[in-house]
Amino acid sequence: MSRSSHSTAVAEHHDNALRDSAVATNVLVVGVGGQGVIMVSKVIALLCQQHQLQVKQSEVHGMAKRGGVVFSHVRFGEQVYSPTIPTGEADVILALEWAEGLRWLRYLNPHTGTFIADTQQIVPPFACCNRQPGGLSGYDQLTANEIRSQLPGTLALDAGGIAAELGNSKAANTVLLGALSTALEFPVEDWQSLIAAAVPPQTVEVNRRAFTTGREWALNPPASNAAESVTPVVLEPVRAPAELEITEAWCKGCDICVKVCPERCLLLNEREVVEISDPAACTGCRLCEWLCPDFAIRIHIQTVEAQV
Amino acid sequence: MAQLDNSSSVAVAFETESDGPIAPEAPANVLALMGNDAIARGAWEAGVRVAAAYPGTPSTEILEAVATYPAEDIQAQWSPNEKVACDVAIGASFGGVRALVAMKHVGLNVASDSLMSQTYIGVNGGLVLVVCDDPGMHSSQNEQDTRLLGRFAQVPVLEPADAQEALDFTRIAFDLSEQFDSPVIVRSTTRLSHCRSLVRIGERREVPPRGFCEDPVKNVMIPGHARQRHPVVLARDGAVQKYLATSDLIRWERGETSVGVITLGPAYTYVKEVLPGASVLKLGVSYPLAEKVVREFCDAVERVIVVEELEPFIEHELHALGIEAQGKAFFPRIGEFSPEIVRNGFRQAGVLPGSVENLADAELGIEPLARPPVLCAGCPHITTYMAMRALDARVSGDIGCYTLAAVEPLKAIDTCVAMGSSIGVAVGLAKAGTETKPIVATIGDSTFLHSGIPPLMDAVYNQADITVLLLDNQTIAMTGGQNHPGTGITLRGEPTYRVDFEELIRSLGVQSIKAVDSYNVGAFYQACRDAIEYRGVSVVISNRPCVLDPVKIKGPSLQVEAAGCTACQACMNLGCPALTWGEQRYEGRYKVTVDEALCMGCTLCVQVCPSDCIRPVVAQAHQ
Repeated sequence: MSRSSHSTAVAEHHDNALRDSAVATNVLVVGVGGQGVIMVSKVIALLCQQHQLQVKQSEVHGMAKRGGVVFSHVRFGEQVYSPTIPTGEADVILALEWAEGLRWLRYLNPHTGTFIADTQQIVPPFACCNRQPGGLSGYDQLTANEIRSQLPGTLALDAGGIAAELGNSKAANTVLLGALSTALEFPVEDWQSLIAAAVPPQTVEVNRRAFTTGREWALNPPASNAAESVTPVVLEPVRAPAELEITEAWCKGCDICVKVCPERCLLLNEREVVEISDPAACTGCRLCEWLCPDFAIRIHIQTVEAQV
Repeated sequence: MAQLDNSSSVAVAFETESDGPIAPEAPANVLALMGNDAIARGAWEAGVRVAAAYPGTPSTEILEAVATYPAEDIQAQWSPNEKVACDVAIGASFGGVRALVAMKHVGLNVASDSLMSQTYIGVNGGLVLVVCDDPGMHSSQNEQDTRLLGRFAQVPVLEPADAQEALDFTRIAFDLSEQFDSPVIVRSTTRLSHCRSLVRIGERREVPPRGFCEDPVKNVMIPGHARQRHPVVLARDGAVQKYLATSDLIRWERGETSVGVITLGPAYTYVKEVLPGASVLKLGVSYPLAEKVVREFCDAVERVIVVEELEPFIEHELHALGIEAQGKAFFPRIGEFSPEIVRNGFRQAGVLPGSVENLADAELGIEPLARPPVLCAGCPHITTYMAMRALDARVSGDIGCYTLAAVEPLKAIDTCVAMGSSIGVAVGLAKAGTETKPIVATIGDSTFLHSGIPPLMDAVYNQADITVLLLDNQTIAMTGGQNHPGTGITLRGEPTYRVDFEELIRSLGVQSIKAVDSYNVGAFYQACRDAIEYRGVSVVISNRPCVLDPVKIKGPSLQVEAAGCTACQACMNLGCPALTWGEQRYEGRYKVTVDEALCMGCTLCVQVCPSDCIRPVVAQAHQ
């Protein structure tokens, strides 16, 4: 076991062998539960099967319906071993939602990869947690133009909008497949016939047009390719923390304010009188003030300075 | 051996591996199958006559796929828990037919009581347990390694690496089970169970039923008999090892001899991906270890590296044999492998050039958006945990969708241990005598039937002062809406007797039972408050069905009248995914809007809104 003397030679050998091995094509489809990530990846897998290629499609079930992150790895070629795509080796990332595309960008081959993304935004409840006055949504993501400046080949399109113009917003995924068809070498007719077989009969025509429109969009992206749907941030006047004035003599300990407080920062103390337990959590929403039957609570909010 | 030699599946398994891609010369014989579908196909082809399971990710689809084969071929059923499912399969094996039981890794903990005795008994008809591990805990409470339980029970553990092997190994498992008179485990993982690839399928081979075999010393495990059976189990291990010395299940792929890699399961595919030139010993069986081949392999290479997910199982076996081998020094013991993790490990070992990458490194300066799974819009569990939070209860939770209420904004679950644990834990909390808050156990309908009945009996018997919330959403929602004895529908969709929860709970001695619709926030809150004030065991049953299964419920959507919204955020505390922030603000805080595509009109937000500004969308008159 004279390990150290051999390791360099072995390493070189394996590096060569690695390069010589048949290379698979990697497509990573990503989105949010309920968007149809699995369906889209199945269409790609079927296409590969039709073309007599070995294909592996890998996903994780269980949380898909709960609005969580959904992804599906599709790998195809003459020989495919790993069911998952190594980081930095995806030839295409197809994102059905903008922030999900950004989440997986590190999987994209930085030199030859194509990033195709729907610019639509699905904001999760978790992004709406800064309730303090002036607080911002947690969905604070890079815009399509910012990404395009780093990844020039990026195709960011408003697939939902395009599909809606064609008469059925549900055909958004087909628009994206049309864009994807420009990055993979399969005949257009095969894409079209597979999609026609996969969608409800009455939507075949709109899906056919959705595919063509998506494909044409990708072949000739508009000059200002910018479906910039990110709304500009409007800065609000900065406010000082709210102050609660409690008139203890008027409080009868009915518990209403404690129960309605959205920030759960009130409690009844040992004398059965309301007290603020966590002043930093109070957003000054005034619910306690408005709902107190005895006018025992007043909220004081002071605007310190207005910023633009 | 005769059974194996006659089986075409062995030949197919290795033909496809060595010949590279499957040439779909006869497309009808090649299907794109998920690992779980392939396991079901393998069972059907092996002539299985009885299959049972309790759903659990990532194993659920196995029995769903089995149920797509004709009922005349296979009796397929959901059982209330994994032990019952295992016992059903054991009974079928006693009856002389081939039987399969499927479960997730933690399901084997429940079934292990039966397995530990059945390993002494052996089989009559072939008995196979398919156990799906979840490295990385995509949908589980731990990442235990089933191989350890396989060794504990001393039953062979087969390790398919892709969907083709999932089919082939499942077939072979039944042959091995009968040949060696032993239950056999086929071990899958999430990555294998949920990966779809092309599989060459075969025909069903009918196995003539053997009939019950009267042999009390073998079949009846009393001390006197078990003492005679234990030596048989030990001898069986040796016999399997001897078989493995020449079996195709252990495959030596010759290559560069400076490094030899011993690997198994999906980890094998990552090794082939990043180190195609190495000598590889692919173990199709992890227990017992194929000692003879392993020794020969290790002698033929200069350095031995073991690549295995989870525990250093093979590595420790090698050390026990006195073989110098490395593994967990370079490859993590925690989480799921990937090609880059395996590549990094070989770099760390000096086998591949390049420096070790920090895989967590974010590029392009992107901070990934936090998007944890959430309860659905209109989920009946939302009210439950709002009430628990408002009542400031100490809540022992259980396994199901409702565990999602453990995080903000509901954040109303204090403990979650294992299937059915909530009620027993609540009893213990009460007996500890330290708790000043009301003690409440929350448990779903299926989890209650799985293992919640004995602890409720315990609570009544030992007079614990607790409240139990039975969240009867009439389906097994977390795994995708399967049926159970409380839904009155079988795996094959046929009507059957439906458990009456109130009657069942009353028969255990519970005096205070109230069923209430959790869409009525006030009534539900009041029922919970009354139950908490009751001294002794009280049960509140929430009987609102799941919004997704068995039918997806979509009522008229609601909308927020922005003029009236004071941005108080009371509705945002529901954690409903259909509620989000709009563009307008009030006193610096965002007003709320409703995503009409997601909203199903449950009205929970209407009921909590203090400014009465959430209303139904007024339908546009159709011309």
